[in-house]
Amino acid sequence: MAIRVAYTGNGACAQAMRQVEPHMVAAYPITPQTEVVEEFAKFVADGKVKTKFLPVESEHSAMSACIGGAAAGGRVMTTTASQGLAYMWEMLYIASGLRLPIVMGVANRALSAPINIHGDHSDTMGARDSGWVQLYCKTVQEVYDTLIQAVRIAEHDEVRLPVMVCYDGFSVSHSLMDLEVLAEEQVKGFVGSFTPRYPLLDIANPVTYGPLALYDFYFEYRRQQVEAMATAERAVGEIAEEYASLSGRRYSAVEAYRLDNAEVALVSLGSTASTIEYAVDRLRDEGVAAGALRIRTFRPFPKDAIREALEPLKAVAVMDRSESLSGWGGPVGIEVKAAFYETEARPLLLDVVYGLGGRDVGVDDVREVFGELKKATDAGKMSDPVYYLSLRE
Amino acid sequence: MVVNLKKFTNKPELFTGGHRLCAGCGIATIIRQVLMAVENPVVISNATGCLEVGSSIYPYTSWKVPWIHSAFENSAATISGVETVYQALREEGKVAEDIRFIAIGGDGGTYDIGLQALSGALERGHNFTYICYDNEAYMNTGMQRSSASAYGSWTTTTPLGKVGKGKTIRKKPLTDIVVAHRIPYVAQAAPGHWRDLMTKVQKALATEGPSFLNILQPCVPGWRIEPHASMKAAKLAVETCYWPLYEVVDGVYRVTVKPKQKKPLAEYLELQGRFRHLLAEEQQPLLDELQADVDAVWEALLNKSAPTETKTKEE
Ligand SMILES: Cc1ncc(C[n+]2csc(CCOP(=O)(O)OP(=O)(O)O)c2C)c(N)n1
Repeated sequence: MAIRVAYTGNGACAQAMRQVEPHMVAAYPITPQTEVVEEFAKFVADGKVKTKFLPVESEHSAMSACIGGAAAGGRVMTTTASQGLAYMWEMLYIASGLRLPIVMGVANRALSAPINIHGDHSDTMGARDSGWVQLYCKTVQEVYDTLIQAVRIAEHDEVRLPVMVCYDGFSVSHSLMDLEVLAEEQVKGFVGSFTPRYPLLDIANPVTYGPLALYDFYFEYRRQQVEAMATAERAVGEIAEEYASLSGRRYSAVEAYRLDNAEVALVSLGSTASTIEYAVDRLRDEGVAAGALRIRTFRPFPKDAIREALEPLKAVAVMDRSESLSGWGGPVGIEVKAAFYETEARPLLLDVVYGLGGRDVGVDDVREVFGELKKATDAGKMSDPVYYLSLRE
Repeated sequence: MVVNLKKFTNKPELFTGGHRLCAGCGIATIIRQVLMAVENPVVISNATGCLEVGSSIYPYTSWKVPWIHSAFENSAATISGVETVYQALREEGKVAEDIRFIAIGGDGGTYDIGLQALSGALERGHNFTYICYDNEAYMNTGMQRSSASAYGSWTTTTPLGKVGKGKTIRKKPLTDIVVAHRIPYVAQAAPGHWRDLMTKVQKALATEGPSFLNILQPCVPGWRIEPHASMKAAKLAVETCYWPLYEVVDGVYRVTVKPKQKKPLAEYLELQGRFRHLLAEEQQPLLDELQADVDAVWEALLNKSAPTETKTKEE
């Protein structure tokens, strides 16, 4: 039987990890992810899991150990944030290049300098080309649900890519929300047992992992990852459906909120969607044809679903919680714009950079962005391609 | 433990020919000796470097044992994940074999960029053997200095010039650093003394907990020696006491090969182009200093060594 409790995002992440009970968790603490490591260590200490917990000396070694563990033939997990993710960078590409189904929770946090412990998406956005599936969660419940699904996505026979489960530092990692926890056997049944491919520990069939591949073979390796990522789009959907029949909670690559008959909308990732949806309700009450779209799967990038959802609109603001320094704002805006390059009709598109270093975004801020969209629709054009929200200038 | 050559030569090779290490490369000799000495199944993790590059050019591999290369600085961290999952799968009854785990790295991957990962894995007490093949420079990238490079040696980043005198910093005492971790088995070896090396491999693999072997490895292009001279260089390193062969078992030191007559350091240096500049007449004071340093380290080692019978001559 499922039970309802109040949990933080970190707590939910740790609970899901406990119920999945991987062979190994190798992790290193960093705010705002620390509690996951602590809670998991306690589960081990209390004998609640058989998982081997490896308190490594760095995030680089955490990911290296996960790579070794997954290649050995184990189900392995880690969690990190910010500088920790940056420190793992080299190994992220190796995990995906070796096609190892590692699952990692990331409590999103800004990158130094200046050092800052609060939520933004600079850390995971920088890893968007690293070959990891990236799923962004809105709520504590979604962190739990997504982590469980991530195991299946990563281990899907035609995917075999590592998966990042991203959730906003503090606003999700440390916020208490309602959580429905599935029964142990439901989770165990859903994830099933792990079937490794070409494990190192299969002594009778020795394999070589991580050879040197030059101009004659390297390119094909990367191309196969493209294929796997495309397959992941289908796998994410199928696994979400299966999970919906288990839990009653259905997730999709993009989630539309009151987009029917909408003229203007905000696109976002993660927890900001809650604030936007609240503002949309107020605006609808006031007669504004407002709506919202949340991108849950950023890798693979659901370009068709995004196009389909936004094409009929007059103006759209893409909320970016990181800066690409390209002069085009953040990466989400750039990719959404790219999705519209070949369409006949497209909405006016504004990129909004917001919330860097954890700067709060409230309902009034969201209203301000909708105000900008109104100005643009009245004028028939965007005055500026990038808008910096709640910034001292 | 006594190593029997006949038995080993009848064993199938686990590191096959056709690899692309240089002619005369000491690494291949070391790895063959290591794999001849193993008795249990092994899984190997290998740091980026000459061995990795020379043995695993896709779609070929020289390895007839399970092998993983992930990056340069993390051979020890990678094997710690392999070993940990092994423990978990054994408890689940999914793996039956009694497997041993070996992490390999060059001196760059061990003394320098991989020191943290090595230290972490030793501290955590994984059941594995770390093997450093120490050729005293970053050979794979073209002979740049490492913290293992010998005092006075030429490398491409300690070049000779009007001002440049080669490397003017001492070699990092890595074996001592590892001993300070108080792991159960640490040893220095060299491939010219194959029986000693293979015995140490067997002891290391039989150790419960972490073990470490630091193996001096002559490098043909990096040391500027002839391909046929690499084993000679390895032997001279031992006979001059530049590279003493010893082991530290549960903190107790024992010299395993004591040269009958300690040769002058110059004999070892002379063989190698990387030291040629040290042999000029005006360099005599420096040479004397280097000799005095070797003598002092050797004396200190003998003093802390358990007074057990040590062989004076082998093979
Ligand atoms: C993080 C990182 N930095 C630098 C390199 C480039 N690199 C590859 S091998 C190597 C030197 C390896 O030296 P060593 O460990 O002594 O092994 P050898 O080449 O002598 O076999 C370097 C610098 C790398 N692959 N990764």
